[in-house]
Amino acid sequence: MRAYSYYPGCSLHGTAKEYDQSLKLVAGTLGIELKEIPDWNCCGATAAHSTDEALGLALPARNLALAAAEDRPLLAPCAMCFNRLRVTQHELQDSAKRHMVEALLGESDLTVSGIQEVVVPSLLDVLDNDEMRARVTEAVVRPLAGLKVVCYYGCLLVRPAEILKPDSLENPQAMDRLTENLGAEVLDWPFKTECCGGSLAIARTDIVLTLVHRLLSMARNVGADCIVTACPMCHSNLDTRQTQIAAEFGESFELPIFYVTELMGLAFGLSPKELLLNMHVMDTKRATECIGKEPAAVTG
Amino acid sequence: MARIGVFVCHCGSNIANTVDVEQVADIAGQAPDVVFSTDYMFMCSEPGQNLIQEAIREHNLDRVVVAACSPTMHFRTFSGAIQRAGLNPYMLEMANIREQCSWVHADKAVGTDKSVDIVTMAVGKTRWFEPLFPQEIGVTRRALVIGGGIAGIQAALDIADSGVEVVLVERSPSIGGKMAQLDKTFPTLDCSGCILTPRMTEVVQHSNITLHTWSEVQEVRGFVGNFEVDILHKPRYVDATLCTGCGECLARCPWQKIPSEFDEGMGTRPAIYRPFPQAVPNVPVIDAEQCVAIKSLVEDPEREKPKCGVCLKFCPRDAIDFRQQPTVTTEEFGAIVLANGYSLFDPTAYGEYGYGRYPDVITSIQMERLMNAAGPTDGEVRRPSDGKHPRSIVFLACVGSRDERMGRPYCSKICCMYTAKHAIMLKEHDPDVQSYVFYIDVRAGGKGYEEFVRRAQEEYGTCYLRGRVSKVYPEGNHLVVMGEDTLMGMPVRVEADLVVLATGVQPQPDAGDVARILGISYDSYGFINESHPKLNPVESNTAGIFLAGSTIGPKDIPESVSQASAAAAKVLGLLSQPSLLGEAMTALVDRSRCAGCFACEDICPYQAIERVTLGYGRQAAEVNEGLCKGCGLCVSACLGKVITLRGFSDQALLEELNVLLLEPESA
Repeated sequence: MRAYSYYPGCSLHGTAKEYDQSLKLVAGTLGIELKEIPDWNCCGATAAHSTDEALGLALPARNLALAAAEDRPLLAPCAMCFNRLRVTQHELQDSAKRHMVEALLGESDLTVSGIQEVVVPSLLDVLDNDEMRARVTEAVVRPLAGLKVVCYYGCLLVRPAEILKPDSLENPQAMDRLTENLGAEVLDWPFKTECCGGSLAIARTDIVLTLVHRLLSMARNVGADCIVTACPMCHSNLDTRQTQIAAEFGESFELPIFYVTELMGLAFGLSPKELLLNMHVMDTKRATECIGKEPAAVTG
Repeated sequence: MARIGVFVCHCGSNIANTVDVEQVADIAGQAPDVVFSTDYMFMCSEPGQNLIQEAIREHNLDRVVVAACSPTMHFRTFSGAIQRAGLNPYMLEMANIREQCSWVHADKAVGTDKSVDIVTMAVGKTRWFEPLFPQEIGVTRRALVIGGGIAGIQAALDIADSGVEVVLVERSPSIGGKMAQLDKTFPTLDCSGCILTPRMTEVVQHSNITLHTWSEVQEVRGFVGNFEVDILHKPRYVDATLCTGCGECLARCPWQKIPSEFDEGMGTRPAIYRPFPQAVPNVPVIDAEQCVAIKSLVEDPEREKPKCGVCLKFCPRDAIDFRQQPTVTTEEFGAIVLANGYSLFDPTAYGEYGYGRYPDVITSIQMERLMNAAGPTDGEVRRPSDGKHPRSIVFLACVGSRDERMGRPYCSKICCMYTAKHAIMLKEHDPDVQSYVFYIDVRAGGKGYEEFVRRAQEEYGTCYLRGRVSKVYPEGNHLVVMGEDTLMGMPVRVEADLVVLATGVQPQPDAGDVARILGISYDSYGFINESHPKLNPVESNTAGIFLAGSTIGPKDIPESVSQASAAAAKVLGLLSQPSLLGEAMTALVDRSRCAGCFACEDICPYQAIERVTLGYGRQAAEVNEGLCKGCGLCVSACLGKVITLRGFSDQALLEELNVLLLEPESA
């Protein structure tokens, strides 16, 4: 059993409920114990750090302080939450910023003293290691043979590189390895870490539409049946904007967008219903129907 | 009684602005044993030196203090001056009131007070001076040149032409260096091989040059005029004395598909190979890691016959020897020229450019091989992915140059020029080619250089786009280059058949090791430091070791060649002397009191401490004056305090302190 403190953040309780659900089911199969930290708060996302530096750091710092008391690594499956936690740890190495945050935390009993000791892995760090790879291989009962996927990491899992130190800024491999292990055919494509527009979805929808259109076109051009992601923000932009893109660019994609944990769940034999795939805007059947089509790959 | 003269320099306004030089001369004039004191505008000028010499004669001075700049600047100037007036050149002390005083103070009163202290301390020290006499050292009239690129070739030829014996050591199988890989040279577009290969042949035919290729300098001992160098000769597995260079083995080798280093991976070579057809010497070498025969012998040294052995069978001269072993020879030299060149930045560091991921993203040196008539495509430019002739070609300048993110903030100097050359040559090859160059600034300082770039733009229609590229990715049958045009203030997108990365110049990966072997210093990037960037540009800071070419920093061919000739002139100047004067300020062991602990031996960075056995078997340390640099480390390390440093006796140093610390009481 591997135990993690679990920080779902707002999206996994809202728009990305299926991410939360699929992760919990998959974690159970893999022997990963998730203990939700008590009384967690919003990470501040883009809104806080782009308007108020102190608040942008204090919000994740409070969650880190809560996790420090638990003495377990802190898993935040949302790429944005993960990113803010790690950036905050980095920024708070600076004593002036620490004082700024301490002033905001002032009233509570929480302190920033232990937050540098909290280990904050990304979900991909948790799943992509020798031990987990072996367990995943063991857990696969329904290989995803015949399914062509492209892995989309987005920016939040890799940038800023000085802080997150990814294996590659342009061509990361963790999700590719993981998905390949599930039996899917992973296609190489050049837009693994291109921007999806992020939270500009609200203020400048036009930019998001342009960027997502580029991503979808490229994914389709390389022959993907679906896109896999580990970020609720990316998922939301890619999954929910396709109708608008069809109207804007006169091009219909209807490309299913999966969380990596959903594909794991499918390979582990869970049903689309259990995995809440019905919550997606784009029908996932187009992709799930591809599974097992190629006879050579059915044995597995 | 000493008779000391003090000479205070204004250095124009450099010193006089923040130091009251007249007052300093006045006060120094009252110090004990000072019989003459004055100030002058430029003491280093001819009238300044005359003034000192006249004062020496007129006042019968036996010691001189010059209060001016740093001794590294002008000690030799003034010691020469006093020597010409009949004094021992070491009866001089430089009181540095410029670098350590006037330049760092703004307040004239402070500067003046401090100058008085510095000058009077120097006067006190001088009272304990004794004449010093450097040893005469013999000179070995042979030169070693390390590196067989164009700089090393030029240096070796220039030295050898003057009748001095030269050994040229090159670590690859052939001389020629980077220049041998190039197609044309900017801005005249002469064929690189055509101007280089005659020089290479000249080297191997020269009666005064011994060429060791596939060899490396392993260790350097000794000092100027008397270096002793260990040279490692790697096994070639081909007996050079038997081989005629017929090339039969190259064609017969069954292992033909090894990526060619010389072709930068654009072509292949056999396991027994010469890097290129005009290689000098024309003797192949066997790649031990790829050769089945050698591998079989390494696995089982006892086996009678190696596997494969095709080359052995077909060699008409029986020159193949799979069991050759490395050898080391030791040779003596009077001077060394380091010309080990540069390497190119590895562009995989820029993941966004896709080098190594997309076959049609190549480097400029790979482009040279594609354009070269003797290259893997016989000079026909075909892109690696499908062999098609590229029509739209995008160049990215400053890949690994002027980029702090990559630890390469400096300009590589040659990339703007070779990129313009590529754009011109590609259009010459195929008039339908359209080239684009993404650049930061075009740096074309040099004779005919700016005009050359202009030609690339105006006559050859190359499209220059000022800005960086953010991403290169494949789309269908071509590459898409996303960048910024900072002059238009707009993002741009160019579709390319081929993308060429102008990779920057960086030191050889082992530059630091080479510098340590030679005992010379290098900068934070690994480029070797010149003794003085302006006035001693081809000297290292170790006497007798000279520098040429891009080991010092990025350089083009004309600059490397000029430097090589300059280094050769310096070598010839040194070796033309019948003997050299050694260091006079050396350490001296009082053997009668030496306990033989040899703490000095451990600490000496120059291996200058020798062990001598005295009568009754007593061991004592002795200083080899030829090796001693007078650093003084042994003096501090000596437990019995029996080592003194000539020119820095305890009395002299204590007197300096006395002057400083006892001054208030005496005043």
